[in-house]
Amino acid sequence: MSDATTAPAAHDAGHGDGGHGHHEDHSKHYIKIWGVLLVLLVASVIGPFIGEATGIQIITLITAFGIAFVKAYLVIKHFMHLTVEKRYIGFLMLTMLAFMLVFVAGVSPDVMKHAGQRWTNDAAEAVVKKGLAEDANGHGGGHDEKKPTEGTPPH
Amino acid sequence: MSMTRPIATTRSATGISTGKLAVWWLIASEIVIFGGVLGSYIMHRLGHPEWASQAAHTNTWAGAFNTLVLLTSSLAAVLAHNAAELKDGKKAAKYLWLTILGACIFLVVKGFEWSNEIHHGFTITAHTFWSFYYTAAGIHGLHVIIGAIIMAVIAMDAAKGKDLQRVEAVGLYWHFVDIVWIFLFPLLYIAK
Repeated sequence: MSDATTAPAAHDAGHGDGGHGHHEDHSKHYIKIWGVLLVLLVASVIGPFIGEATGIQIITLITAFGIAFVKAYLVIKHFMHLTVEKRYIGFLMLTMLAFMLVFVAGVSPDVMKHAGQRWTNDAAEAVVKKGLAEDANGHGGGHDEKKPTEGTPPH
Repeated sequence: MSMTRPIATTRSATGISTGKLAVWWLIASEIVIFGGVLGSYIMHRLGHPEWASQAAHTNTWAGAFNTLVLLTSSLAAVLAHNAAELKDGKKAAKYLWLTILGACIFLVVKGFEWSNEIHHGFTITAHTFWSFYYTAAGIHGLHVIIGAIIMAVIAMDAAKGKDLQRVEAVGLYWHFVDIVWIFLFPLLYIAK
């Protein structure tokens, strides 16, 4: 930026504090990105239906979750302008995401698995078995039931 | 520098105005908050296949419509930023009010959706899936409300051409709220 103490932040912000001193109208570009986001939204809604109809689960995974990452990337890049922001901002965000991965990596074995080499989580296994049995019997909850899973133990 | 203007609007010790940097730090802390909730949900969902029968009752179309609303409000927010860059405060304010309208529509849809689910017995205590559902969507909704209030304050100033740099700062926050929903949508509404 040209003068850190006097320049309005709207200027220094620009598209990443570039300090170019001139600003163009980017409205059309933003509307184009929005159009792409809407197309991706439609794909993310239709995809799982196709995945279910064809029995190919990978279609659901790609269209639902893969597209979510693409949409997030587009918003981060084009609306938040993170790619042209000061680099340490990107590193700050990545650091936070790394913390999340550490958290998930540390906790996931206990949450996702219900038995290990020297331990078992009997309560969690019982909940899963009971829930699946209820589903098989058609008691897994429904819009006409007032208490869909009454009696299901907490886990 | 005027004595009455907060230093965050004018100082830039790090190459970014301090106000905007503060918003990035806020977003950094929000990543941990939402990341923790979503990470926990994903782990539980993978460890409990029986949750699928509960997830089947969420309204995909309401979720999709709200995604459309938030994406559109994000467009309005970035157009407000664009107008602020061009020093057009009135236009920036107009786009900010459009963003707020998007927030209001989102909350109204959420209200109908939740009241319908609660009416059918899917309360926060009905099942752990619904605990996660209401907690994640509730925290997100709270952020939508807070964002709308802040935007209203900024829009009123922007209309007078005052503190236009705040338009970008609140926009960053709003885009983050949008991104959180981009991930909440498939997790809560599509993964049946």
